Amino acid sequence: MEHIISVLVENKFGALSRVAGLFSGRGFNIESLSVAPTIDPSVSLMTVVTSGDDRIIEQIVKQLNKLIDVIKVVDLNDSEFVARETALIKVQTRAEDRAEALRITDIFRGNVIDSTATTYTIEVTGDAKKIDAILNLLQPLGIKELARTGRVAIAREPIRPVVAQPKRVART
Amino acid sequence: MKITGAEIFLESLKREGVKTLFALPGGVVLKIFDVLHQQKDINVILTRHEQGAGHMAEGYAKATGKAGVALVTSGPGMTNVITALTDAYMDSVPLVCFSGQVTTALIGNDAFQEADNVGLSRPCTKYNFLVKDVNDLAVTIKEAFYIATTGRPGPVLVDIPKDVSMNKADFKYPGSVSIRGYNPTYEGNKWQIKQAAEAIAKARKPVLYVGGGVIFSGATEELIELAELTQIPVDMTLMALGGFPGDHPLSMGMMGMHGTYWANMAVHYSDLVIAVGARFDDRVTGKVSEFCPYAKVIHIDIDPTSIRKNVHVDIPIVGDCKRVLQELIRVLKASANGDLTSLRKPWMDQIAEWKRAHPLAYEQDPQGAIKPQHLIQRLYDLTKDRDPIVSTDVGQHQMWTAQFFKLAKPRRWLTSGGLGTMGFGFPAALGAQAAFPDKLVLCVAGDGSVQMNAQELATAVVHKLPVKVFVINNRFHGMVRQWQDLFYEGRYASSFLDVYPDFVKLAEAYGAVGLRPSKVSDIDDTIREALAVNQPVVVDVPVDQYENCYPMIPAGGCNHEMILADPPELKKKQTADARVATQDGDTVLTA
Ligand SMILES: Cc1ncc(C[n+]2csc(CCOP(=O)(O)OP(=O)(O)O)c2C)c(N)n1
Repeated sequence: MEHIISVLVENKFGALSRVAGLFSGRGFNIESLSVAPTIDPSVSLMTVVTSGDDRIIEQIVKQLNKLIDVIKVVDLNDSEFVARETALIKVQTRAEDRAEALRITDIFRGNVIDSTATTYTIEVTGDAKKIDAILNLLQPLGIKELARTGRVAIAREPIRPVVAQPKRVART
Repeated sequence: MKITGAEIFLESLKREGVKTLFALPGGVVLKIFDVLHQQKDINVILTRHEQGAGHMAEGYAKATGKAGVALVTSGPGMTNVITALTDAYMDSVPLVCFSGQVTTALIGNDAFQEADNVGLSRPCTKYNFLVKDVNDLAVTIKEAFYIATTGRPGPVLVDIPKDVSMNKADFKYPGSVSIRGYNPTYEGNKWQIKQAAEAIAKARKPVLYVGGGVIFSGATEELIELAELTQIPVDMTLMALGGFPGDHPLSMGMMGMHGTYWANMAVHYSDLVIAVGARFDDRVTGKVSEFCPYAKVIHIDIDPTSIRKNVHVDIPIVGDCKRVLQELIRVLKASANGDLTSLRKPWMDQIAEWKRAHPLAYEQDPQGAIKPQHLIQRLYDLTKDRDPIVSTDVGQHQMWTAQFFKLAKPRRWLTSGGLGTMGFGFPAALGAQAAFPDKLVLCVAGDGSVQMNAQELATAVVHKLPVKVFVINNRFHGMVRQWQDLFYEGRYASSFLDVYPDFVKLAEAYGAVGLRPSKVSDIDDTIREALAVNQPVVVDVPVDQYENCYPMIPAGGCNHEMILADPPELKKKQTADARVATQDGDTVLTA
C-alpha cells in the first residue's frame, strides 16, 4: 500500500544521500521524494512517497528514525492528511488546439505561465489523481515536456468536537 | 593559544582515553603522524596493511569494550580499511576510524589519492564526518566517540583533509554532546517487561536465545541470574559466545547453522523464545518462516530496527539488554511463580535426551591424521585455566572453535560473524594482545584465511605481540569444499589450495617462531611449547583434509532438519580422493 512519510532532517550536506542510500541499500521503493528547507533553516523537510506492506513500512519508519541526521519521522497514513503536487506541463499546440488547451487548463484551475506561438507551459496543482487527469486530457495535444514536484503532504489538524462550554459567570 | 589540527587530534584522543592507535601513514596525514611521533601517551602500532589496522582496532574494541581507533591515509588507505569498517558495522563493534583527505580546495578534483571517503563509507558506518574547518575538529571527534560507543555500537569515520590538520584553532574539548536526531532508548517499557515476565512464568518449554548485544551491554551477570532464577536453558549465537558461561549446566552452546543438535532442536520445539540482543540472522534462523513455529517470541534489543525485521515478535522490548534484564528479574522475583524447576523438568529431560542422542563428536585415531576438532579440544583443555582470549578466521575451523572452545567469560571471543571476513582473526588477536599485553591470546586460523592478513606477522614481531596462531591446515578452503561435497557433487572448484606456504618458514621469515606437530601424540607438547614462548608463534597443524563440520543446517533449511554426518556416498568419494593425494607424494599431510 502507498504511504506518505514525512521526515524532518538536519539541513546538512549528506543528509539527503543518507536517506536516499537507505532506500536503495535496503531495496525499499521510492515513488517520489521532495526536499525543502523549513522555517527553521537548520532543518529540512523530506516527503517520501513509498509503498510496501505493513512490515516493510514499519521497517522504513524505524530505519529512517535510526539515521542520526533524522530528527522526526511521521507516517502520514497513520492519520488524516492532505497531499499536493505541482506539475509544469509544456504542451505542443497547433493553432486549432490552443483554445482547447486553455479550456482544459481552466477546468483544472491551472495557469499558463509561459507561452510561445507553438507551446503553452501550464502550471497545475492538486492531488495525484488530478494531475493524472489533466495529463490524460492534454496527452492528445502533445506533451513536449513534463516536470512534477513529487508530492508534499501535511497532517490535517484534528477537528475537536464542539462541546457546549459552561457559561462563565462574571463575578461582581 | 591556537594549536594545529594535528595537535587537536592528539589532545582530543587523549581526552577520550585512547591508549593505542592502529595506523599506517601517507602524504595527507603526515602532519598527524609527525605529532604522534613526538609524544608518549598514545602507543602507535604501525600495521602492514590498513585492513589489518581496522581488524586490530576491532579486536581491541571487542576485548576491552572501548572504542578501537585506527588512522589511515586518503585514497587507497581508505579503500583498504573498508572491509574492516563493514565488518565492524555488521557486528556492532565500536570503532573510530580517521582517514586523511586531500586539501579542502582540491576535494572533488580527482586529486592524487583522492577518494570520496564519506561516500565510500556511508553504507558501512554508523555515521561519518568530513571535517572542513579546523574549528570543528574537536567537537567532531567528541561526537564520533559518542556515536560509536553508545546505543547499538558501531564504526564511525572522521575524514580529515590535509589543510585541516595543519591549520590552527583554539582547543576546547566539549565535556558532553547532544545530538537531537540520536537518542537511543535504554530503559525498556515497564508494561512490556511485565508481559514478558508473565509469559516466562507460564512457559513450559522456554529458551533464551542470546546474541552479541549481551556482550556489548555487559549483561552476563543478569543473564546468568535470569537463567538460573527461571531455569531456562540458553542458546548462544556465534557472537554471544562467552556472554553466558559455556560450561554452565544451562548452556546449550551455539545455535544456528553449525550449532549443537540440542540447541537447534530446543529452539524449534520451544513454546517461548526470549531473544536478547540478537537479530534473527539467517545463519541462526534457517528458513525464517519456520523458525520456532510453536513459540511466542519476546525480543529485547536496543535497536528498534532489529525487532520485527524478519520474524514476528509478540512482545517487543526496546532497550539496553542489561537494564531490561535487571527490571525483568525484579518483576519476576516480586511475583510468586511457583516451582519453576518442576514445571520445566520434562523440557530439561527432553533437552538432555537430545544431547545424549547427538553429542558433538569426532573420532580421533591415535595413529591417523590429526582431526581438527581434536586439536581445538586439546587447545581448550590445556589453556582454559589461563582464561585466554580466542580469535578465529572464517570457515570450518571457526565453527569447530565455536563448538569445542567453551568460553567462560565475555570479551574473550573475537570472530567475524555478520560479514564472515576471512583474514579477520590474526589482526584481531593482535589488537586484543595490544590491549592486554599479559594475557594469553590465541588465534585459531584457517590456512586459507590466515594468508589474507599474514603480513601482520611483521606487526606482531615489531610490537612484541606474542599471539599464538594455530593454523588448522587442511590445504583447502575447507568450508567451501564442504559445501561442494554436499551440494555440488564433490566438484572442488577453486577450493584446493595446492601451492601453499610452509607456515613454519613463513613465521621464521618474519622473525616469529614456527612449530608443527607431525602426529597426534605431538599435539600436547607442541601446544605447551607454543605457550611457553614469549613471542608470536605460528603452529602449522596439518589436519585431516576431508573432515566436515557437523551438525549443519543447509542454507534455507529448517532448524530441526540438520545434517549430522557425511552422507555415505561422500565418504566413499573422499577415501578415493585421499588415495590420489597420497600418491602425489604428499608428505606433510599424512601423519
Ligand atoms: C574475504 C572472504 N573471501 C571469501 C570468503 C568465502 N569463504 C568462506 S569460508 C572460505 C574458506 C576458508 O578456508 P580456510 O581459511 O582454510 O578455513 P577452513 O574452512 O578450511 O577451516 C571461503 C573462501 C570469505 N568468507 N571471506
